[in-house]
Amino acid sequence: MAGRRKWISLAVLSALIVLLPLVFPSGYYYRVGALVFVNALSVVGLVILIGYAGQISLGHAGFAGIGAYACALAPEHLGLHPLLALVLGAAISAAMAALIGRPILRLKGYYLAVATLGFGILVSMVLTNERALTGGPDGMVVSDPGLRSLLRDMGWRVSGGEFWYGASGFVLLVGAWLALNLYDSPTGRAMRALHGSEVAAATVGIDVPRQKLRAFVISAVYASVAGSLLALQNGYITPDVAGFMHSVEMVTMAVLGGVGSVLGATFGAAILTLLPQVLTVFAEYEQLVLGLVMVLVMIFMPQGLLPSIAQRLKGRNK
Amino acid sequence: MLKTTTAIVTLAALAGLTGAAQAEIRLGASLSATGGAAFLGDPEAKTIEMLVEQMNEAGGIDGEEIALTLYDDGGDPNKARTFATRLVEDDEVVAIIGGSTTGTTMSILSVAESEGIPFISLAGAISIIDPVRDYVFKTPHTDRMACEKIFTDMQAQGITKVGMISGTDGFGASMQAQCKEVAGDYGVEIVADETYGPQDADMTPQLTRIRNTDGVQAVLNPGFGQGPAIVTRNVAQLGFDVPLYQSHGVASNAFIELAGADAAEGVRLPGTALLIADSLSEDDPQYDVVTSYTTAYRDAYGQETSTFGGYAHDAFALMVDAMKRSSDPEDPQAIRDALEETNGLVGTTGTYSFSPEDHLGLDLSAFRMLEVKDGGWQPVE
Repeated sequence: MAGRRKWISLAVLSALIVLLPLVFPSGYYYRVGALVFVNALSVVGLVILIGYAGQISLGHAGFAGIGAYACALAPEHLGLHPLLALVLGAAISAAMAALIGRPILRLKGYYLAVATLGFGILVSMVLTNERALTGGPDGMVVSDPGLRSLLRDMGWRVSGGEFWYGASGFVLLVGAWLALNLYDSPTGRAMRALHGSEVAAATVGIDVPRQKLRAFVISAVYASVAGSLLALQNGYITPDVAGFMHSVEMVTMAVLGGVGSVLGATFGAAILTLLPQVLTVFAEYEQLVLGLVMVLVMIFMPQGLLPSIAQRLKGRNK
Repeated sequence: MLKTTTAIVTLAALAGLTGAAQAEIRLGASLSATGGAAFLGDPEAKTIEMLVEQMNEAGGIDGEEIALTLYDDGGDPNKARTFATRLVEDDEVVAIIGGSTTGTTMSILSVAESEGIPFISLAGAISIIDPVRDYVFKTPHTDRMACEKIFTDMQAQGITKVGMISGTDGFGASMQAQCKEVAGDYGVEIVADETYGPQDADMTPQLTRIRNTDGVQAVLNPGFGQGPAIVTRNVAQLGFDVPLYQSHGVASNAFIELAGADAAEGVRLPGTALLIADSLSEDDPQYDVVTSYTTAYRDAYGQETSTFGGYAHDAFALMVDAMKRSSDPEDPQAIRDALEETNGLVGTTGTYSFSPEDHLGLDLSAFRMLEVKDGGWQPVE
């Protein structure tokens, strides 16, 4: 049963990624699609942290910032290939998460939220103020990973938009697959157990701090890779990527779509990425509409959009 | 007013979707009309909307109306890149104006370059046009030019030792770096170098440190927003009696109001003709363009113009001028070529002459050294 759920989620996701371009009227839609996938990737990480393990983080943009700036700085200063820089960024994020996770994850609720928030703001302050290294608030250029020219040499001509659509779609699929595998693994079960009750989980022999830390580190890697992908496809990066609002945006996407489900997370990311594009005509009311959508979802679908809809459909079939 | 312009823009955008049935020129813009950079993007967006409306009422370019598609990127470079892609791929514009900040400009720039769409930026950084890129132009002076103008004035006053206090925002930080780089060329030594956060409410400690530095003859404050006004007030409160130089970032009447006319008295900064629009003499080469822009803007929005709106005005004027001269105003390549040949176009910021080596086209003469006198801006003779 659980296995079937996993394959259905993956099948739906890959079908969407492959089939949507058939109805794209212009290259702009590839760009928006790629953005949805990148956002969805970091939100899938949050599903593991918030949905599985029941911990909150308001500082994950900090990890996205680390990933993004790794891709900008490492090729320039260390001569690393941008893709290796992505791996380096993920490693730094993981190490950082492990380092700060221990003390931070002892906190609960609001205190945990504030501590993670502090971390995110610290990263963004470092990126803003270390002008000599990061270019300060004006940002810096990210060198091209050269993958497109590689494809071109193989006789496969794709536009930048198409390439990044495919690349981020692929990474999202891998990320979703890993997250879904985790769900039914012993680690995933342990995380979900401590989500239910830490005391009960500890009683049955689960190392609670360790599992919390694991979830935190894994989700940090997701955010970091998403940040790297964003930096590589934009070719330019500013400290905004590590900003507080970006952290909030990630959590909002997760909560809106349904924080317990990978597919829901993608759905939430899609909605919050697309709405501002759809609402350009009503740019002045954009925030208003977004807020309204959030409030309505929270009141009528507290589990998030997708799980609530799925449940309602199931209920009707019975 | 805002509603009607929005409606017009919307209609224009819709008209853009229905295809090129009627002759029109599609112009795109991505500006930061909301968010942290709204003080730049808001007057810029208003200016462009107003000018497009004016232009179309006057019959457009060779009978072709301009269809403006304007997006608000909220100062977010990521959004700016998406909107730039949208403008090029979906709205099929022939030219783009925008990029209120350096970050958004750099994002739009790579799209414009790879798609071959002429792009005029409204941001300050020198890295936008240096190295010169085929399709990228810009209207504001660079920070470096502001520094040079200030140091030229200091040199004339015999000032050699300067204490600097800069904001850590993008504008202040960038100008701080540029000023330190060129100070030596003017025989000026930076003897104190302090910074403050954009939200700080009191700069007395930093200013006290500058005052206690030996031989400080003047204070220079690169920054924008409320920071420079607070610095100005603090300098007066401390009784720190040396000349105070501000940057073009606060070249507005709002700055005098915020700092208080008494404290601001004697403050100098490099500004544009816009700031002294009402006292400009009629033989001034910029008189016509500055007067018509300020009058129209006041009529349309009931607000004063700002230097930043002026940048947008000049970008639009340059674009229209190039379209008129080009062989085909609907061909991006032809517009780009005509833009590069711009010669002696008088704008509110200065007189522009582009060349293949220079995509800014302004020199130091575009800046005027202004001083606060009796609560208003006066040119320094």
